[in-house]
Amino acid sequence: MNLLQEFRKGIWQENAVFKLVLGMCPALAVTTSAENGLGMGFATTFVLVCSNLVVSSLRKFIPGQVRIPAFIVIIASFVTVVQLCMEAYVYDLYKALGIFIPLIVVNCLILGRAEAFAFRNPPLRATIDGLGMGIGFTLALFILGAVREVLGSGALLGVSLFGPDYVPFLLLILPPGAFIALGCLLAGMNRYETRNQ
Amino acid sequence: MKDIVRLALILTIIAAGSGLILSLVEGMTREPIAEQRRQETLRALKAVMPPSDNAADADTVTLVIGQDKKGRDLTRLFYRGRLGAELSGVAFRVVAPDGYSGNIEVMVGVDPTGQVAGIAILTHAETPGLGSLIEKDWFKDQFKGKSLDNIDWRVKKDGGQFDQITGATISPRAIVQAVKKGLEFYRDHRLEIVAVQGGAQ
Repeated sequence: MNLLQEFRKGIWQENAVFKLVLGMCPALAVTTSAENGLGMGFATTFVLVCSNLVVSSLRKFIPGQVRIPAFIVIIASFVTVVQLCMEAYVYDLYKALGIFIPLIVVNCLILGRAEAFAFRNPPLRATIDGLGMGIGFTLALFILGAVREVLGSGALLGVSLFGPDYVPFLLLILPPGAFIALGCLLAGMNRYETRNQ
Repeated sequence: MKDIVRLALILTIIAAGSGLILSLVEGMTREPIAEQRRQETLRALKAVMPPSDNAADADTVTLVIGQDKKGRDLTRLFYRGRLGAELSGVAFRVVAPDGYSGNIEVMVGVDPTGQVAGIAILTHAETPGLGSLIEKDWFKDQFKGKSLDNIDWRVKKDGGQFDQITGATISPRAIVQAVKKGLEFYRDHRLEIVAVQGGAQ
C-alpha cells in the first residue's frame, strides 16, 4: 500500500466514525454544532498524529508487555498539551468542548491506531495514517455537527440560515438527536455504497 | 526479576520525557491562560457593572459566606467599581446549585443602593435550546433595576414575577433564587463590602 492510499483510507474506506464506528463518545456528545465538531476533530487529529509519530518512533524501544501503559502516557501527554494550548489561545472553544478535551485520552480511535498501526509501522507511514484518520474523523464530526446545527438550531457555524421565524427542531441538539442523526447518516452512506457496487 | 526492572525503567523514562514536555508547555501557556481568565472576568464585569472607570478586578474584598460540610470557610469575592473615588457598583459571583444539569455560575452587578444593574451567565451546562436560553438578553435583562423590595423573587409559575422559559422552568428558577440570595447577602453585609479598603490580592 503506498502512502497516498494510507492517507485516503482513513477518510473514507476506514473512516473512524462512519465505517469503524469508533470514538463514539465525542462524536455523539460534542456535535451540537459544526464548530464544536471541527474543534474536537482538530484536537483529536493533533493528538492522533503526534501519538502515532512518537509511538512509531519508539516502537523498538517499548517492550510489548508494557506497550499499553506506554501508549496511554504518550497519548495523555499530548492531550494535556492540546488542552493547555486551547485554553490559552482558543478559550471560547475550550469552554464549549469542556470535559471532552481531557476525554480524548480514552478515545479508542487513538489507542486503536497506536496499537494496530503505529506500533508496527515506520514513523512516516504512521504519521500519514494518523493524519488521514484524523481528517476523516474531523470530517465526520463536522458533517454530523452541521446536520444537527442546521436542523436543531437553524444555523450553520453560528450564522442563522432561515431567519428568526424558523422553529428549530430541538430534538436534534439533544443527546437522542445525536443517535438519530448518526443513524440516518450511516443509513444514507450504506445505501450509497451498495448502489455503487 | 531483571525483566521487571527493565520494564519499569523504560516506563519511567517515557513518563519522565512526558513530564518534561508537559512542564515546558505549561510554562509557555501559563500566562496566556491567566490572561484569558482575567479577560473573561473583565468582560463579565463590564456587562453587569454600572459604569465605572477603575480596574474592578483589582479592587476587591473577600468575605466569608458560610461553611461547607467539612467546616471550611466558603468565601466570595466582591468586585468594586468606582467613578473617581465614588463607589459606583459592586459585582459578585453567585452559584445556583440546583440547575437542570449542574451548577450555574452567575455574575451579578448591583448599584450602591442594592438594585441589580445586570447579570451575566458565566458557566452552565443546561440543555442546549431550552435551559441554555438563560443566556439570552431578554432573560437576563428582566433582572435590571430589580431589588429585594420591588419584586417578588420567584418565577411566574411559582407565583412570582420573573418570566420562566417555556419548557425549562428549572434553570430560571435556580437563577432567580441564586440572585436573590446573593442580594440578601449583599444587603446584610453592605457596609463591610463597601467600607473595607481592599486591593489586589
